[in-house]
Amino acid sequence: MSFDTPDDLRYLDSHEWVRVTDGTARIGISDFAQDELGDVVFVDVPAEGEEISAGDSFGVVESIKAVSDLYAPVSGTVTDRNGALESEPELLNEDPYGEGWLLEVELADESELDDLLGADDYADQIA
Amino acid sequence: MALRQSPLADAHADRGAKTTDFGGWEMPVEFDSIRAEHEAVRTAAGKFDVSHMGELLVSGPEAAELTDRLVTNEVRDRSRGEACYAAICDDGGVMLDDTVVYHLPDGWLDGSHLVVPNAGHDAEMATHWRDHRDEWGLDATVDNHTESLAMIAVQGPEAPALLASEIDDTSAAADSDLDALGRFEATVVDVAGVECLVANTGYTGEPGFELLVPWDRTTTVWDALDCQPCGLGARDTLRLEMGFLLSGQDFDPEENPRTPFEADIGFAVDLDTEFVGRDALARVSDPDERLQGLRLEARGVPREGYPVTTPDGDPLGTVTSGTMSPTLGEGIGLAYLPADLEPGTEIAVEIRGEGKEARTCATPFLDR
Repeated sequence: MSFDTPDDLRYLDSHEWVRVTDGTARIGISDFAQDELGDVVFVDVPAEGEEISAGDSFGVVESIKAVSDLYAPVSGTVTDRNGALESEPELLNEDPYGEGWLLEVELADESELDDLLGADDYADQIA
Repeated sequence: MALRQSPLADAHADRGAKTTDFGGWEMPVEFDSIRAEHEAVRTAAGKFDVSHMGELLVSGPEAAELTDRLVTNEVRDRSRGEACYAAICDDGGVMLDDTVVYHLPDGWLDGSHLVVPNAGHDAEMATHWRDHRDEWGLDATVDNHTESLAMIAVQGPEAPALLASEIDDTSAAADSDLDALGRFEATVVDVAGVECLVANTGYTGEPGFELLVPWDRTTTVWDALDCQPCGLGARDTLRLEMGFLLSGQDFDPEENPRTPFEADIGFAVDLDTEFVGRDALARVSDPDERLQGLRLEARGVPREGYPVTTPDGDPLGTVTSGTMSPTLGEGIGLAYLPADLEPGTEIAVEIRGEGKEARTCATPFLDR
């Protein structure tokens, strides 16, 4: 099976992605990750104003069968989280790079992006 | 050690199933999605490969007596074609496994008794049976057929009609046999041309059957059952919504030794029969702790090992099984809790260090 890995994103080897627009980083989990987890039923991520730190666990995503920690690809202050996931956690399975995004942070240090994987390298990792 | 393989392993791989190690067997955990498979069984029909279940054939003049003395339920007086659920206990009344025991119909494996232990328990239980046979000097033979009999469950409101449609016209009597088959009754019919033992049993709470199939004909029967294939993931959410026990998880002689009364299956214990563990059980029929259902009122999912406390945080027990119920859309679980707690008691489940509001409840979680 092959999984979608959009070119415009940066990836963490623990399967989170980040998309940066004007200093704001939107974070989610990859197509591969949602498939591994199966039916997502619960998402727990920090509220607006909380800090996340690159490489640290910032929340969990739970499927019917498992709990999985979420790791921050970048550091920053949470500016928004995807409220739709509270009632529709399945968006994470249906559209992991779109409507299934997790949260947005104001980037603390743009140079952290250099430590992340590009789409090709990430695709190689999950191949 | 290499994992044991179902006769359907290649078919499952072709179908793209994800597999897992279950009791030493490589079995499908998910074909499409747990939710889709779960819903198919609750609303239509699904088929499960449960070839990991053990099959011990106990035959000979004293087969019934031997088996009767090794399980908690009454076996000896059951007619041919009758089955029962039972626990297998040690001398102290601790459950080693749970099982369904069939008194086989005439003409199928000589009408002996068939004991069906859980995945990975077949060799241990065969030894348990043989050791007691020798100790008691009974005339019985114990053969392990776990890798010559496969098992397929077909479950769901549409399962009876689906199975009936695959029963060969030449065995015209068989169709009506299926209709007349009571709960925990078994009969022999041809399914897609393969002679199977069909039992009105299951692990989902839905109407349906479990089929014992000759190992080398399993693919024929599996392919003929035209419905959603389901893996162990859906099997677990379905059984948990019914509050059914999972051996090795809700009880385990090493990790979590429990009596059948604690596990809330006292209905499967007949203290009027003589069996290993009977005397110990007679003294503990009113246990201090009992397996109870719980429903999370906060958002979240109870999982195995999570602490259960009072709302103030005083320890009460530990979750043995938990999931997000696909049918109810809320977190449900089982836990050994003080037996005097009434259903509806406010409790808390500690999830990642935080007490989440929950209540005890009666099982099954669904009306079925």
